[in-house]
Amino acid sequence: MSEYSITIGTLIAIQAIVACGLNVIVGYAGQISLGHAAFFGIGAYASALLTTAGGLSFWSALPIVLGITGLIGLFLGLPSLRLREDFLAITTIGINFIVVSVFQYVPFFGGALGIGGIPRIVLFGERIRGVSFLLLSAGFLAITLLICWLFTRSWSGLACFALREDETAASSMGVSPVRFKLTAFILGTAMAGLGGALYAHFMRFISATDFGFPMSVMILSMVVLGGMGTLWGPVLGALVLGILPEVFRPLTDYRMFLYAALLLLMIRFQPGGLLGENSLARQTLSRLKGGKS
Amino acid sequence: MLLEVRDLRIAYGDIEAVHGVSFSVEEGELVSIIGANGAGKSSILNAIMGLVPSRSGSIRFKTAEISRMAAHERARAGIRLVPERARVFPRLTVMENLRVGLYGIHDRSREEKQLEWLYSLFPILAERSGQNAATLSGGEQQQLAIARALISDPRLLLVDEVSMGLMPKLVEEVFTVLQELNRQKGLTILLVEQNALASLEISKRSYVLETGRIQFEGESRVLKDDPRIREAYLGL
Repeated sequence: MSEYSITIGTLIAIQAIVACGLNVIVGYAGQISLGHAAFFGIGAYASALLTTAGGLSFWSALPIVLGITGLIGLFLGLPSLRLREDFLAITTIGINFIVVSVFQYVPFFGGALGIGGIPRIVLFGERIRGVSFLLLSAGFLAITLLICWLFTRSWSGLACFALREDETAASSMGVSPVRFKLTAFILGTAMAGLGGALYAHFMRFISATDFGFPMSVMILSMVVLGGMGTLWGPVLGALVLGILPEVFRPLTDYRMFLYAALLLLMIRFQPGGLLGENSLARQTLSRLKGGKS
Repeated sequence: MLLEVRDLRIAYGDIEAVHGVSFSVEEGELVSIIGANGAGKSSILNAIMGLVPSRSGSIRFKTAEISRMAAHERARAGIRLVPERARVFPRLTVMENLRVGLYGIHDRSREEKQLEWLYSLFPILAERSGQNAATLSGGEQQQLAIARALISDPRLLLVDEVSMGLMPKLVEEVFTVLQELNRQKGLTILLVEQNALASLEISKRSYVLETGRIQFEGESRVLKDDPRIREAYLGL
């Protein structure tokens, strides 16, 4: 594998982890979030600071990073308890802008210069780079997917689905909306934090603009494209949106236009996403299996 | 007394929909509240479940005051609602819908027993158990909503306009099921209905609600023969 494709692959794996986190919030719990990149950034900055200024290793910093992002996620999930969908969308956009400007203007976070000199991850005495980093990211993605899968099969997962479908009916079945919305926010933002930490140690230099609103839109596009609420959807979305810009590199100027067109087409013809219910992929698959309906 | 409601007032903004209503349901009773559309029947059930805040008055369930509790806490205490128009979870399967009803009661052996019982009560649900609830007909969704409420073995079952939108044959079936649950299993049921005749027939006592106030109350047998009620509600 060329260095170029390893880099693309690693970034796709990292973004897939972040997208899986957003999928927990949007797809499983039905809460809209347009500011997910903020948590991606919080994870990256937390890990960068803890390993540079803090002098910790990646591994001892990681639990703290997950704790910090999850805790901030919990705090910022609180508006979801009171706000209707449209206002929640605007609030989460606002959160994204606030986080980015804090990173940009508070000297502690390196200001406009960002944070550089982030150490490499060391595993079994080896400095992780290249293919090893790709494998490490893929490993973390596998763990993330496993957690998502376990969550969807658990009582908490079922409670989240019920809330997404009908909050009133769910709460009259004994499901606490507060508890499960916040659970989804904590879990989803902690996954974004994990992605952020990996990103920081892969790039080894981060700045606030990496985690702006366009990144949030990108992550949400991955989830919508792949299929909200499905297990593999976010991964497929990250793959497609990660590879497309490389394939269409000659068309760089039209990239945003292509994304928009792609999203509109999806919403018009495959609203459930590529892997969603009643999608072409699902139908073909069940036909191949020869199963009923 | 299992449920005792006193001077319940419910308002939506400045408009008061229920003006100080008092009634009670004893353990093992099947009580109905009948009245025209907009009389405030559903508001009362939603206030008991905790889905709509009450402006004033008290709601006591098993001697505890519950009017300030959140809906999910009341559900845990043993109140379950069959909501108006079923409100099943459309993108969950029939089986998953039923399992949500068991949320908080994590008991495998009981789950299987309850499912078996409910499938015998509503055989169509067994046939459709792997299907998304959205694909069910209106009548099937209504049966699913009842089963979803029953699976937790509630102390008090609130039933909101179960006959709405169902074909007459199905209304009769559903009412028979409710009556049997009450008689054979001793399930306490509070029924809210526009279909006055059917609910007077299966309930022991009834309250007649008119624009947010209780106008008549008593034994359903007696109310059924009351000329004023016959004229206004039964169209006889």
